[in-house]
Amino acid sequence: MILQELKISDTPTNQFVIDINGLWKLFGKDNEVLKGVTLQVKTGENLVMLGKSGSGKSITIKCLVGLLLADKGSLKVFDTDITQLDYTQLNKIRLRIGFLFQNSALYDSMTVRQNLEFPLKRHSKKLTDTEVNSAVSEALDSVGLLEAIDKMPSELSGGMRKRVGLARTLILKPEIILYDEPTTGLDPITSREISELILSIQQKNKTTSIIITHDMACAKLTGDRIVMLRDGVIYLEGTYAELEQNKDEWVRSFFE
Amino acid sequence: MTGYLKDVFTNTGNISLFTGRFFKAVFKQPFELKEFAKQCYLLGYKALPLVGITGFIMGLVLTLQSRPTLVTFGAEAWLPGMVALSLIKEVAPIITALICAGKISSGIGAELGSMKVTEQIDAMEVSAINPFKYLVVTRILATTLMVPLLVVFADCIGVFGGYVGMNIHSDINVFRYLNKILESLTFLDIMPATIKTIFFGFFIGMIGCYKGFTAANGTESVGKAANSAVVAASLTIFIIDMMAVQLTDILFKP
Ligand SMILES: Nc1ncnc2c1ncn2[C@@H]1O[C@H](COP(=O)(O)OP(=O)(O)OP(=O)(O)O)[C@@H](O)[C@H]1O
Ligand SMILES: [Mg+2]
Repeated sequence: MILQELKISDTPTNQFVIDINGLWKLFGKDNEVLKGVTLQVKTGENLVMLGKSGSGKSITIKCLVGLLLADKGSLKVFDTDITQLDYTQLNKIRLRIGFLFQNSALYDSMTVRQNLEFPLKRHSKKLTDTEVNSAVSEALDSVGLLEAIDKMPSELSGGMRKRVGLARTLILKPEIILYDEPTTGLDPITSREISELILSIQQKNKTTSIIITHDMACAKLTGDRIVMLRDGVIYLEGTYAELEQNKDEWVRSFFE
Repeated sequence: MTGYLKDVFTNTGNISLFTGRFFKAVFKQPFELKEFAKQCYLLGYKALPLVGITGFIMGLVLTLQSRPTLVTFGAEAWLPGMVALSLIKEVAPIITALICAGKISSGIGAELGSMKVTEQIDAMEVSAINPFKYLVVTRILATTLMVPLLVVFADCIGVFGGYVGMNIHSDINVFRYLNKILESLTFLDIMPATIKTIFFGFFIGMIGCYKGFTAANGTESVGKAANSAVVAASLTIFIIDMMAVQLTDILFKP
């Protein structure tokens, strides 16, 4: 029955690909990080999430892929509540979601090439070696790092690691991409390149994304809509232009 | 003190759960054969030189030290057999297992711990690869296979070390030496000793994986994982050894 549900979700009846409703997450007994986050993302939309460090942005998207268990609330992805799925069903959904980690999370013991091949070879067993190779080169080329293909992650700079992480996310052609601070710690030029890359991915692959960032230039360029997380709930939402005009002191401090 | 006891009990409970998870996962597809083979190679390769050297020294030293006593009783002819017995039944398994606890268990603890801390395990999880199967099951199976093989290797090198030790004082032909050893060894000496090394290997892998896989966040927990893996694995080895020896004693009393 659930399989049928998954099938139906291939053509979403709901226009929201991601539908988070009243998400609660606490750590320990009294550290309530999320206290009822509700947000929706439309098909093909880039949603930017802003919020102070430690406000629970990473936690939100980790709940969305089942890395953390939500304490309360529903998390619908492709019209399927992921909190109700078993491990195999969850993995099917996960394959359609790309996740860019805040610290890249490249596999240290593998070269860049192996990092990219690893998910691909496991999930598309029928691919020939040439097909795998060309997919790897294509993904690396799209982040402009083809020359680093045989390097180890330890030989790369922080910005390069971010881009390799992005290439590894792209290689499975996900329908949703969750970016956790894609430009943090990068110089303005590289940041801009990455932001433009995010934008072009959205346009080329028709992906839906949540982009967590502190980088307002990135937010302005990539975001169709912005939500602001504060005290465990969505405090405000709107387009960049709308929020820029907001008189609220707390909101202003982001845009200055 | 009560805090310490509580720690011991929670740890034991958690390791049991972890073991249960292992047995649930081990028979399920997909089998990560390639990673298993790679781990076997790496673990064996890493520990081989150390195990070889200590094995040789143990054989040599045991021979040299037992010799005077046996000479006093005029039983020098028993020297090869006696040394081989203590090597195979106790010294080689326990020394090899302790070396593997120090080298392999801590290595696995540090490796998985740092993968945990840098979110590499999470990265596997979100790309729909089961990290428990890929990382933990393969490593535990690899140590369960490789530690017994390393012990056999240590046995052989130890016997050779014993031969060198014999030759310091007297000339003895290799074939006579080996013959004497084979005469004094029985199936009952070898079998229980080998079976216990399988358990050594299993727990060396299990504890390393448990400590690494459940490491807390933050870089200092990597060191902690490696360190506590060595301590816990060494202690477990001695406890298993004690139980194994008592069990064989009860079962095969002469
Ligand atoms: N594993 C954990 N155990 C306990 N508390 C945690 C854990 N992970 C996160 N937290 C708490 O949750 C809060 C939110 O963490 P989160 O990583 O989501 O912050 P963030 O909004 O992504 O911040 P940043 O912008 O710095 O990445 C933090 O204050 C932290 O104390
Ligand atoms: Mg974060």
